[in-house]
Amino acid sequence: GSESPIQFGQINPNIASNFINTLHQDLVLSFPPGFPPSCSPSVPLPFTMSHGTTTLAFIFQGGVIAAADTRSSCNGLVACPASQKILPVHSHLVGTTSGTSADCALWKRILARELRLYQLRHGRRLSTAGAAKLLAHMLHPFKGTELCVAATLCGWDGGERPSLYYVCSDGTRLQGELFSVGSGSPYAYSVLDGGVRWGLTVEEATSLARQAVYRATHRDAYSGNCVDVYHITSKGWARRDREDAEFKSQHP
Amino acid sequence: IMFATQVHGDNGKMKEYHYTGPVEHRFSPYSFNGGTVLAVAGEDFAIVASDTRLSEGYSIHSRDSPKCYKLTDTTVIGCSGFHGDCLTLTKIIDARLKMYKHSNNKSMTSGAIAAMLSTILYGRRFFPYYVYNIIGGLDEEGRGAVYSFDPVGSYQRDTYKAGGSASAMLQPLLDNQIGFKNMEGVQHLPLSQEKALQLVKDVFISAAERDVYTGDALRICIVTKDGIKEENVPLRKD
Repeated sequence: GSESPIQFGQINPNIASNFINTLHQDLVLSFPPGFPPSCSPSVPLPFTMSHGTTTLAFIFQGGVIAAADTRSSCNGLVACPASQKILPVHSHLVGTTSGTSADCALWKRILARELRLYQLRHGRRLSTAGAAKLLAHMLHPFKGTELCVAATLCGWDGGERPSLYYVCSDGTRLQGELFSVGSGSPYAYSVLDGGVRWGLTVEEATSLARQAVYRATHRDAYSGNCVDVYHITSKGWARRDREDAEFKSQHP
Repeated sequence: IMFATQVHGDNGKMKEYHYTGPVEHRFSPYSFNGGTVLAVAGEDFAIVASDTRLSEGYSIHSRDSPKCYKLTDTTVIGCSGFHGDCLTLTKIIDARLKMYKHSNNKSMTSGAIAAMLSTILYGRRFFPYYVYNIIGGLDEEGRGAVYSFDPVGSYQRDTYKAGGSASAMLQPLLDNQIGFKNMEGVQHLPLSQEKALQLVKDVFISAAERDVYTGDALRICIVTKDGIKEENVPLRKD
């Protein structure tokens, strides 16, 4: 046939182009030719990607709280102790990231670009539900590849509605009021399930989120260092001071 | 010339020589050529340093192959990992810099180069460039900036970062000496250019002692508003 007998991850531009056409007609996403690859057997990689985290988000009367640790690990080495796992997408939408750092950072950037284009074309901001659907559909062509993105989108839509969606690169898209994602999530869930109520004050909610991440960093090897907390209200997102989890353990 | 088989293992370090049974060998397009890169950002300067040893397996291909590449008057990039990908990547970056200069009539800033490199690396997400990049330079306000990358494009701005084969040895030392981590009761003095330079030399001498892929010589590029100055320091050749 026309395929080269030596296959080591080369991408065939002709076969991959039909993936782009299955997306929504309004959106013409510009990918480099041959991306995503359709038939590449995976090249054995000589390095590992960064994984492992604890992120969480929940809705309460004061809006949405999103919290995450800041450790970025790579097969046992802490590649970065001060990484940003909560990335603002626009003034009223924040996304927590878990999985491979590069995938999360780039796909959030692509999502921010597409949301901005939507806003310019249609004169209104896309809802959190719409952003979640957009992200899920953008990731769909990569299902089955080694792409790994597990994000929660926390936003405030037009009226008085805080909104929380979980989107994953395997195709999951869920709406909810409480999510925790990552290797440390079981520990965070146990703390949150005991404390989250609709009627929490902002201070109580922030401190509960910090406690949950701190407990997870204590038990999970791949989570650690500091805790980032973001609070989303009708006025937009506000970032709280980054607190060191180690400091907290010595000065409770 | 070395044929890059699985003898070198997945992370580039040599595998043990004992018979474990029949093994299927596969051609790997990657090879690990060693080398360490380090970048430090100061108040009004940035230092990018790398060793100059190019190795593969048990051999040394060259003792004079520095891993710092000058991009603009205010930016230097250090690339370590697979030398073939380092060369191609720097050629691509140079071409993109020229294109930008011709379309926009100005040079790319360090932050812009970092953002662009992230997209270049991610464009090869499924057959990555096996390169650990660190960009050092001055930002638009004249302050030192260091951007560190992973092979697929995840990046962030740092004050200091070590990359390459001895990175796991150097990074904790830098955390302590520049970041003042895990020390109590010390005054956090800002880093002067002389102190940073001496620290970089000391740190590479230590790395050459303990890492077999680091040594021969040290090439230091010091970026200030007056331009880029280069310095060469000999290291252990064994």
